Amino acid sequence: MNNVPIMAGLILTGILFMIGVTGLLIRRNLVFILMSIEIMLNAAGMAFIVAASKWMQPDGQVMFIFILAMAAAEVAVGLALILQIFHKFKTLDADKLNNMKG
Amino acid sequence: MDVLFYISAGVAIGSSVMAITRKNAVHALLYLVVSLLSAAFIFYLFGAPFIAALEVIIYAGAIMVLFIFVVMMLNLGKDSERQEQDWMKPKIWIGPSFLVGILFIEFIIMLSGTGGSYFQFVKVSPREVGTSLFTSYVLGVEMTAMLLMSGIVGAYHIGRRKKKMRHRYLEGSDE
Repeated sequence: MNNVPIMAGLILTGILFMIGVTGLLIRRNLVFILMSIEIMLNAAGMAFIVAASKWMQPDGQVMFIFILAMAAAEVAVGLALILQIFHKFKTLDADKLNNMKG
Repeated sequence: MDVLFYISAGVAIGSSVMAITRKNAVHALLYLVVSLLSAAFIFYLFGAPFIAALEVIIYAGAIMVLFIFVVMMLNLGKDSERQEQDWMKPKIWIGPSFLVGILFIEFIIMLSGTGGSYFQFVKVSPREVGTSLFTSYVLGVEMTAMLLMSGIVGAYHIGRRKKKMRHRYLEGSDE
């Protein structure tokens, strides 16, 4: 009974990914950059779910679980890096962090 | 069910656009949570209720709470109290609440249309996902476990404040 067109789902995936890329390009705050990466990861996972719905196979959902775990690890490390950068440089502007010398 | 998909797709796109254009990080996080909730609804419509539940619990729950914690930690200025006063204003939360209300109405419509039984939507059952996960993808599960472990250790190591090292010979030689 449920026949949402696959093409519409894939187009939505592409639009969400492009929104994520746009956010990555236009924002210079590190927190917003990480949020844009989250939007892009979510869009990629949605493509897997749509494909799993097309072929009625569980493989796409398994891939989404892997993407979820990877996103969790990435966010944990990324937020720890953001905290350290803020404590060291007192700013989150990505353009002002180009003089990292260790 | 097509109409429900298009409405929630519109909610997802709109809230994502709002999320990347807000000035305040907390406002953007509110819209990002709405975007993830509508993505969960879309997963449900595509016949993956287990993934929809995981999306709500892990993405919209755990990861977004982590974001909010860090944003709150970064914002500890002297004007944080006035800022919290501003966050209580309705014009901040009326947008995300409106979008979540749309999703909630869709949810009610969908559940009442199927007589409360969600199994008509399921295309791949959670049992098949679990079986596939622990038979043919068990190597991937172990690698994910190693990734999460290294993520935990890395986050602890990076996030730790460095202790100031005091050395009496070096201090003495300053004089």
